[in-house]
Amino acid sequence: MVVAQVSPPVTTNSSVRFLEEVSAKTAGVSRLEMCIQCGTCGGSCPSADDMDHTPRMLFAMIRAGMKDEALRSNTPWMCVSCYHCVVRCPQGVHIADVMYTLKGMAEHTKSYRDKIPPHFAGVFVGQVETFGRSWELGLTARHYLRHFILRLPRMAPMAIGLFLRGRIGILPHRIRQREQLQAILSRAEELERVS
Amino acid sequence: MSRYLYYPGCSMDGSGRAYGESLTGVCEQLGLVLAEIEDWNCCGATEYVGVSLSPAYALIARNLAIASKAKQDGEPLVAACSACYLNLAKADSYMKERPQLGERVNVALNAGGLHYDPGSVEIRHLLEVIMNDVGLDQVRANVVKPLAGLRVAPYLGCMLPRPDPDHRWKNHERPDDLDRLLEALGADVVDFPLKTECCGGHMTQIAPKVGLELIKRLVDEAEHHKADLMVTVCPMCQINIDAYQGEMNAEFHTKHKMPIVFFTQLMGLAFGLDPKKMGIGRELTDARPALKKIGKGPQAIAAEAGPAHRQRPDKRALPMPRMADEAPAGEVRP
Repeated sequence: MVVAQVSPPVTTNSSVRFLEEVSAKTAGVSRLEMCIQCGTCGGSCPSADDMDHTPRMLFAMIRAGMKDEALRSNTPWMCVSCYHCVVRCPQGVHIADVMYTLKGMAEHTKSYRDKIPPHFAGVFVGQVETFGRSWELGLTARHYLRHFILRLPRMAPMAIGLFLRGRIGILPHRIRQREQLQAILSRAEELERVS
Repeated sequence: MSRYLYYPGCSMDGSGRAYGESLTGVCEQLGLVLAEIEDWNCCGATEYVGVSLSPAYALIARNLAIASKAKQDGEPLVAACSACYLNLAKADSYMKERPQLGERVNVALNAGGLHYDPGSVEIRHLLEVIMNDVGLDQVRANVVKPLAGLRVAPYLGCMLPRPDPDHRWKNHERPDDLDRLLEALGADVVDFPLKTECCGGHMTQIAPKVGLELIKRLVDEAEHHKADLMVTVCPMCQINIDAYQGEMNAEFHTKHKMPIVFFTQLMGLAFGLDPKKMGIGRELTDARPALKKIGKGPQAIAAEAGPAHRQRPDKRALPMPRMADEAPAGEVRP
């Protein structure tokens, strides 16, 4: 595991503010302030080895108000949403949802270091907003051409195989009431920005 | 006849087509009526929630609002994709837990003339419906072609048993529901230790090394337990293990060929339904050689595999007790 360089913690009001900000932007009640730093989360995590910080470290950083470091960490992006940590956490912290929050904040401030995960999420979300459904072919084609061109030779047999077995839709499915959906989503985005 | 509202999710007529096809046939056989909700939209998978909270939950809640309108008599909303199920269940539960979120989502829904009262639609996964509403006795009664001779590794993945916002699962890490269902179909069920470990989800798209490693752990373990195939309840798990197995083999220089099918496909086969209509053959890692074992006894399978190799005793090992007329090792009989 690569442990990133971190600046010394600052104990001012800003630390409390960051913790509160993360909590407020999390779906459900995050219970982040209840963390007792036991490390059960990192010990349960299948991708902890690939994280800059274990979830426990990340939560300590959030409490210390180390906003920039926390948002630059790759930890939320490496979270696979398996919820092992969530069911094991003795304090009931909504760990996976906090990871989603941190991704969203990093995306908003463009603090992420690896642009591949946010790009993938961006293309996915764009399609859902346009069509109302996800479109696997469009998503993967665009993503692989942009970021994984070297993987294409390996991927070609798979793509052909999926196509021959009727598992790839050439054209996107569109829902009927796309305008209704778009009105809902843009209203929600306005509300998200004022909060 | 019991009626359910049905949310298929985007993969059901795409990469998870075999799931959609087989569950339709199986539910028909079991007398479950699945009424697909009108003009549903994508649940946002694990992507939208990581971009913007309120739109992500408004997106999911649009489906819940449509379902609550379509409800005639308190029917639950059933999803078969684990991620769709979890998103629907989470949105419902968090709108209750955080009234502020619920309010914001409803203000947004109002822009499209919709409204959703959290708690008004019961959200369930197909596996749980089959286990609890249909029951194993009813499943057994429909089995005409038991899966005897087929060794299966039940693989649930993460998002069905965890985080379980509606408290439907007794065990979040080692539930035995899928095991019992497969046993009822007559299959030889492996006690698969990684049954709720992660398949990597979208990692195959954004961090392939991480994703392929997680797939490898699962396939290695299934192979180690001598499973003929893996059985899943989730289209994401299926495509990761099925379609990315080639890339995984290339990455780790392995030669795994572990098929993975949906539990509804095996139910259909055991019910005597047409394998083609059950989507058998849509998988990239061909399941048909493994499925040929169905109906053959263990002796026939062993005979096909050839004579078993007798293990040579280790020369450094302590001598084993032997019968009186047996000559000790290394000694020539007079």
